[in-house]
Amino acid sequence: MLDITPTEWTAILLSLRVASVATLIATPIGIGLAWLLARRDFWGKSLLDALVHLPLVLPPVVTGYLLLLALGRRGFLGEFLADHLGIVFAFRWTGAALACGVMSFPLLVRPIRLSIEAVDQKLEQAAETLGAMPWQVFFTVTLPLALPGVLAGMVLGFAKAIGEFGATITFVSNIPGETQTISSAIYSLIQTPDGDTAALRLVVVSIVIAVAALIGAEWFSRRATQRLHGN
Amino acid sequence: MLRVDVAKQLGEFTLEASFESQGRVTGLFGASGAGKTSLVNMIAGLLRPDRGTIAIDGETLDDTAKGIHVPVYRRRIGYVFQDARLFPHLDVRQNLDYGRRMNHLADDDAQRQRVTELLDIGHLLDRRPGKLSGGERQRVALGRALLSKPRLLLLDEPLGALDEGRRAEILPYLMRLRDEARVPMVYVSHDAAEMRQLATQIVLLKGGRVTSVGGVKVLTG
Repeated sequence: MLDITPTEWTAILLSLRVASVATLIATPIGIGLAWLLARRDFWGKSLLDALVHLPLVLPPVVTGYLLLLALGRRGFLGEFLADHLGIVFAFRWTGAALACGVMSFPLLVRPIRLSIEAVDQKLEQAAETLGAMPWQVFFTVTLPLALPGVLAGMVLGFAKAIGEFGATITFVSNIPGETQTISSAIYSLIQTPDGDTAALRLVVVSIVIAVAALIGAEWFSRRATQRLHGN
Repeated sequence: MLRVDVAKQLGEFTLEASFESQGRVTGLFGASGAGKTSLVNMIAGLLRPDRGTIAIDGETLDDTAKGIHVPVYRRRIGYVFQDARLFPHLDVRQNLDYGRRMNHLADDDAQRQRVTELLDIGHLLDRRPGKLSGGERQRVALGRALLSKPRLLLLDEPLGALDEGRRAEILPYLMRLRDEARVPMVYVSHDAAEMRQLATQIVLLKGGRVTSVGGVKVLTG
């Protein structure tokens, strides 16, 4: 039915890999930041909050360009990382993952933050009176109770990362097999004469992935919520 | 022995309380708004006094002059809240085991057996808090606090959220606890009848101040 060509498969698998890596690396960072924003007061908190949300409101091309300036081969960070640690983002799939991670970060952090805020601090106090140190309270009470939000954030972030286009193409271009995700492959195909059917195939694939992600999220959060309410 | 001598400004309300207690069950008695819960929270370490000292068995837990404030999790003071506060994502067995795990205490099956029998909660072990009645929840909360092996147990109106029938159901467990568990308790209530049945010493609190300390007869004074 869907005659997917090897090049298209490459783009699909690359998209899945980029989005998975972006989500898996962004999640622990996102949990930490969400906790900070939900539970701590510190100087510069609103600035940090704004910074986290910035990719949501900036034009994606601006975010991509800023990444390029900072982490491109001649970027101040990019040069350092390449020379000293051998880490290169420019025109690599890792750069695509970074761009997707940055772009999806606000969507990932928000539900996690909300669910941490919703955890009853009285339960955290009870845990402390039972001898739990603050980090133990976090891992045995706060995080398990915030789990539905964490899963929702991961799915939203993943979905956003799969669909990311502007920042990725600006930062790491559109190289088949290396940085060409489903979105940039569709973009290329639309620009090619007779590329319509191939583009439509990829459109179907992205719809399938998006719907599967949403159904999966729904299922996970229902199970997690049930777990929390003791059924 | 518990020694408390603290002052704390809470908005318009001034709490200035000082007392010493030796009894097995120290009843902290007063009308609502007298500052009972704030005082208990300070003993637990959840609230920091503005001025003063708190010591238990000669160990200083708070001394504002010396900048001492032992964190809650190192005080080994159990706390039974009015609203039980069981962990909803853990079953009763895991709730009971929580304190032991956090304090890295050795598995003590005999103690667990004793406590579950004393509180009659053996048949609830596999249930989640969401499936317990108010009275059952409060008994599990008692067991959870006891099993963390505290040196002092704070009970903040543990019967407050229960109706008359349930109270009568829990009270005998509290009396057994007093007579068998050998953990000194601070029992907070505004119910004189409860106090008479449970407390061995009364601290009377009025408008943020201790007005008298003594035997159960101060309740009639």
